[in-house]
Parts: sequence; C-alpha cells; structure tokens
Amino acid sequence: MTAPGDIKAGDRLVHKVFPPITRHTLALYRGASGDHNPIHVDIDFAKAAGFPDVFAHGMLVMAYLGQALTDAVPPSRLRSFSTRFVAITQLGAKLTCEGTVTELFAEDGERRARLALTTRDERGEVKLEGRAVVAL
Amino acid sequence: MVDQSAVGRCFTPVTARVEPGRLRYFLNTLGEENLVYRNTDAARAAGFIGMPVPPTYLFCLEMMDVDDPFEMFTALGIDLARVLHGEQSFVYHAPVLVGDTLTFRPSLTSVTEKKGGAMTLIGIRCEVTNQDGVHVADTARTIVVRNEVAS
Repeated sequence: MTAPGDIKAGDRLVHKVFPPITRHTLALYRGASGDHNPIHVDIDFAKAAGFPDVFAHGMLVMAYLGQALTDAVPPSRLRSFSTRFVAITQLGAKLTCEGTVTELFAEDGERRARLALTTRDERGEVKLEGRAVVAL
Repeated sequence: MVDQSAVGRCFTPVTARVEPGRLRYFLNTLGEENLVYRNTDAARAAGFIGMPVPPTYLFCLEMMDVDDPFEMFTALGIDLARVLHGEQSFVYHAPVLVGDTLTFRPSLTSVTEKKGGAMTLIGIRCEVTNQDGVHVADTARTIVVRNEVAS
C-alpha cells in the first residue's frame, strides 16, 4: 500500500485481474460459501428460470473484489465495503477489479479514505460497482 | 407478492463458528494467497490477535450454518428461481477471527416495488455479534425478486 500520508483523491489503489470463471469455480464456491441456490450450478434449473446457462454468484464476484481490496489495504483498516450487482457475471468472465480514492475525510477520530470500486469483465462491461471506506 | 406487511419481520438467528478448514476451502476456491488469512504470524504482524476472515466471508457464515438457508424465501412465498442479489454491504466494527462464534440476527427492513411491479426489492439487515457479545459487524443486502408479470 502507498504510505497513508501520500494518498490523495484520484489515486488508483486497487487493481487485480482474476482467471476466467469456470463451472468448476462455481461448484467449488457453492460449497465454500454455503450458497446452495441451484441456479449457479444446475443448468436445467437455470434454463427453467429463463437464463441461457448457469452464472456466477454475485458474492463470488464480490469476494474477488474484496481480495483485490485487501491486497492493497490491510484488512484491519477496512471500515466498510459495499457493492451493487449491476449485471450478471457469465461463465468465462475474466474479471478486473479496480479501486480509486474519491475522498479523504475524518471520522470516529481517524483519517479515512473513500474508494470507488468496479469489477469489469474482459469486454469492459461493469459487473459490480462498489464503495469502501478505509482508515489511513 | 411480498408486501409492506413483511417489513419488520425477524428471522431465526443463526449461530456460526469460524472453522479453519472451511475457511481454507473458501480461500483456495478464490485463489486467495494473502498470508494474513493463512498464517498466524502474518496476521499478528498485521495487527490481529488471531487469523481474520476475508471481507465478504460473513455472508457465507450466515448461510453455511443455518438449518434452512432459504427460510426467508419459503416464509414469504418467494420462488428461489426468481431471486437475484441486488446489493450487499458490510460495516466492520471489530475483527472477526478464526475460532469465533458469531450470531447473526436478520430482519426485513424494506419492500419496494420497481418497474410497475415487475420487480420487488427486499432489504434485509443483519446485526452480527461474537461469543463475547461484541457487535462485530452489520450486514445489509437487497434481494431482487423477478415477479411474474402477465404479458
């Protein structure tokens, strides 16, 4: 992480690219997360629900974004983390997670930074938009 | 369709233990190599008294140890095939460490109709406390229900 005193609005702190999401990833994540909604692993169920195929758990994508975030910011400094799931993440998606400082402020007796976060697929389509607050 | 009468409804509290083996499976699934989550010394060097959990793992803990993970959908008559995750947030108040036992207390906070009833947004908030009664986090999620609309 950049030295806390040097961080300023506009800095890109977070950047990480993840390997393509496979059916195997979704099967593993189902067990790892406890999210057993069949729509993510059972193609028959997904088709009956009106989708062309299974698709990634939103929380899998958020977990990748969280990983990119705590690669850049020690987890002890994370105060909040939120996302909006903008679009369904398809099989094969190769995700890039990024985060930029939007604001520095003081709260609860410490200096904090607000980050704007995005996760995009290999075509640049935004999948997640998020925010985080970190202590500096 | 879910209506305003559901607002304020509380669901069965969930107690979950942060087990090291299950956490390792989660880390391996995500290719998480950050030593702070895998090595006690690295965690201590990062300011923790034990090994912390990744930022989204609270969501998993709430689902993993519940008797019926879809209790809310069943209780409200929502078909699982029509559910999407709209938003998720975590506010962290204190560290959650391997070995902790957490209690999640979910309640339904809002019901909003969208697109002329084509979608219903359901807000759920959850207070998380640990074995010492410390309020460690608050989570909030928005569930999107794709309603059946007569064509």
